[in-house]
Amino acid sequence: MIDLMLAWLTDPANWTGSDGVPVRTLEHVVYSLVTLAVACAIAVPAGLWIGHTGRGTFIVAGIANGLRALPTLGLLVLFVLIIAPLIGNDLAFVIPSLVALVVLGVPPVLSGTYAGIQNVDPAARDAAYGVGMSGRQVLWRVELPCALPLMFSGLRSATLQIIATATIAAYVSLGGLGRYIIDGQATHDFPQMLAGAVLVAVLALLADLLIAGVQRITVSRGLTGRYRRTAADPPSAGPVAGGAGSEGDRVLDPV
Amino acid sequence: MSEYFTWLLDNAGQVTALFWAHTKLAVIPLLIGLVLALPLGWASRRIPRLYTPMVGLTGLLYTIPSLALFVALPGIIGTKILDPVNVVVALTLYTVALLVRTVADGLAAVPEDVQAAATAMGYRRFRRLVAVELPIAVPVIAAGLRVAAVSNVSLVSVAALIGVPQLGQLFTSGFQLFYFVPIVWGVVLCLLLAFLLDAVILLVARWLTPWTRAAQA
Repeated sequence: MIDLMLAWLTDPANWTGSDGVPVRTLEHVVYSLVTLAVACAIAVPAGLWIGHTGRGTFIVAGIANGLRALPTLGLLVLFVLIIAPLIGNDLAFVIPSLVALVVLGVPPVLSGTYAGIQNVDPAARDAAYGVGMSGRQVLWRVELPCALPLMFSGLRSATLQIIATATIAAYVSLGGLGRYIIDGQATHDFPQMLAGAVLVAVLALLADLLIAGVQRITVSRGLTGRYRRTAADPPSAGPVAGGAGSEGDRVLDPV
Repeated sequence: MSEYFTWLLDNAGQVTALFWAHTKLAVIPLLIGLVLALPLGWASRRIPRLYTPMVGLTGLLYTIPSLALFVALPGIIGTKILDPVNVVVALTLYTVALLVRTVADGLAAVPEDVQAAATAMGYRRFRRLVAVELPIAVPVIAAGLRVAAVSNVSLVSVAALIGVPQLGQLFTSGFQLFYFVPIVWGVVLCLLLAFLLDAVILLVARWLTPWTRAAQA
């Protein structure tokens, strides 16, 4: 089986044309990036506001937990049935899938952002007000940088959720790498299904690594304590658990 | 509205069978996962050097989308591609990945003086683990188990795409017929199952930790 899959992956015919690996990968990446951007545009400002003012946390926690139980496949199919008849052209099946991806991307980013802001050391916040910063300055210069580790962990969860669900969305006619799995299933082409599965897993791993790299660069070393950590230290050595160096506080769900 | 209940009555037998299949596919991996995670979690607590690689591996496993794992497993473990066993193995992996860390963290949270007291009373290492440390870690482990149970219910439905019968089939058949009723029932029953499993875990955890109620009363 593995040999057949490798044969599929190394066949030049599968790397060209509108259903070749480069095109399908690009589709998957574009869908994921667009929906992730929209999800962040909604969730980050909302999370910052909720975290800064402390209003509405109860509702947000409830939504995040409820959505974990909601079957993604059911959500996708429902959205297609509701939205597709309203559109009625070529995009009839693409738009509902993208809306579903945004809906699934919002909760992890939102809860990461507000939890990040809320978990900021009160002493740091008080000190910032104490030296005369305005509420806006406290948010941008103290709370946001301190919240970055949890915000990134939310972003990583959202990215994985979106990449995974975009794969499933091939069932409701979305393009991307999931096509290989769904189309292979229809024609009993198991090597193609396996190749699709491997490509999706690799894409997800690379995306996660990329964000982890960005997190390492952007999160202040004062938070992660990375500059004085050595390999021999226990995992909790950093002053803030869940800093860029550790997986400490990742809010992960299987996707 | 009546359309929904008529449909449910007409299809009661099939829906019940799917609900049971879904329950089995979600619960079996949960139980196997717990049984595997206990020794692994204990080991990564006992041997600190194991903890970081273990948590790293967890993150890595979670990165793999469920549909990809369902499809890739037959290539790795040699089962048939549409075999429900693939779903059970995949969900067991996710469950173990989630619970190993929970078990390790739960055991780490047992207060030192409690352990010392147990040792002083003559508990040997294994008896102390089973009779003292694990019961104290129950609330933490139960919290992890609840997350695993609820996400398992959602993930099982994805397996409808590779032809494994369970509630997810209501989504695919509803999509093929462009008919809302089975899809809505599928979502409702998935949520119901998640809620039931969550409640069962909560109740068992309460039953296993009578002292938490005594403290509250």
